[in-house]
Amino acid sequence: MLKIGPYEFQSRLLLGTGKYPNFDIQKEAVEVSGAEILTFAVRRMNIFEANQPNFLEKLDLTKYKLLPNTAGATTAEEAVRIARLAKASGLCDMIKVEVIGCPKTLLPDPVETLKAAEMLLEEGFIVLPYTSDDVILAKRLQELGCHAVMPGASPIGSGQGIINPLNISLIIEQATVPVIVDAGIGSPADAALAMELGADGVLLNTAVAGAKDPVKMAKAMKLAIEAGRLGYEAGRIPKKRYATASSPMEGMSVV
Amino acid sequence: MELIINGEMIQLPESVKNVSDLLTYFQLNNKIAIVEVNLNIINKQDYETTTLSNGDKVEIVHFVGGG
Repeated sequence: MLKIGPYEFQSRLLLGTGKYPNFDIQKEAVEVSGAEILTFAVRRMNIFEANQPNFLEKLDLTKYKLLPNTAGATTAEEAVRIARLAKASGLCDMIKVEVIGCPKTLLPDPVETLKAAEMLLEEGFIVLPYTSDDVILAKRLQELGCHAVMPGASPIGSGQGIINPLNISLIIEQATVPVIVDAGIGSPADAALAMELGADGVLLNTAVAGAKDPVKMAKAMKLAIEAGRLGYEAGRIPKKRYATASSPMEGMSVV
Repeated sequence: MELIINGEMIQLPESVKNVSDLLTYFQLNNKIAIVEVNLNIINKQDYETTTLSNGDKVEIVHFVGGG
């Protein structure tokens, strides 16, 4: 069970809703993934095309918790403004704080992220900051009162997987709130590794939306996250330099 | 009346007097939309009482796909 603030979730997969080939594939991928938390962005509406379809309208909103992001913000103030707009929809009180510090790497600005998280916590939001894999920053965010910390595996949409498993595991080791590995996941193996390291969840988007078959990949990610979590709970064997036989040594005289 | 909606100068008929009228005019009543006037977020219950004046900056935003 994944607990974030007052909410409880069966699924440990948080799914992004951007860049799918079309709404039908997206809807199926979302269903197959088993995800209960879906991320969205806040953007200006095209007011001259009121009938343009919107994915949110196709969803049974009683089945999902919305996690809007503050993507597009480069300062704490902008992030807070976007978060307030999202909350004013009356549909959500969770917010993924995303304050980008560099347009090329899309890496988060740690100073602005911390500031935004503090302001939003004061306003009563359930705050999930997207952060770099910096161990001390993750600690500072959880000390502020953030309801989860979401370190990136590697740059957004890069599919490079977990570049620094040591840092991710150090963040997990010190965590008093859920750790959700967010961004950079490319394959089911990456997601399983995050979970084997002890992460409480994985947030991904491009890995599913950009796959050749997004629906199949959504299923693969669901299974990988479940497998990784079970493996973590089961406790893996230590790595050894030399072999240890699986068959007994007794009764070898027959050979 | 002229309003700046989502960064664009737009001419509106006399009949548009408040936020509720504005959404009706663009047929956005049944949409999941959030409205901001001069940087103040307007709650749904205040749509009818929030009157608009010439030159007001209005933002109409919604949720789109994102990660």
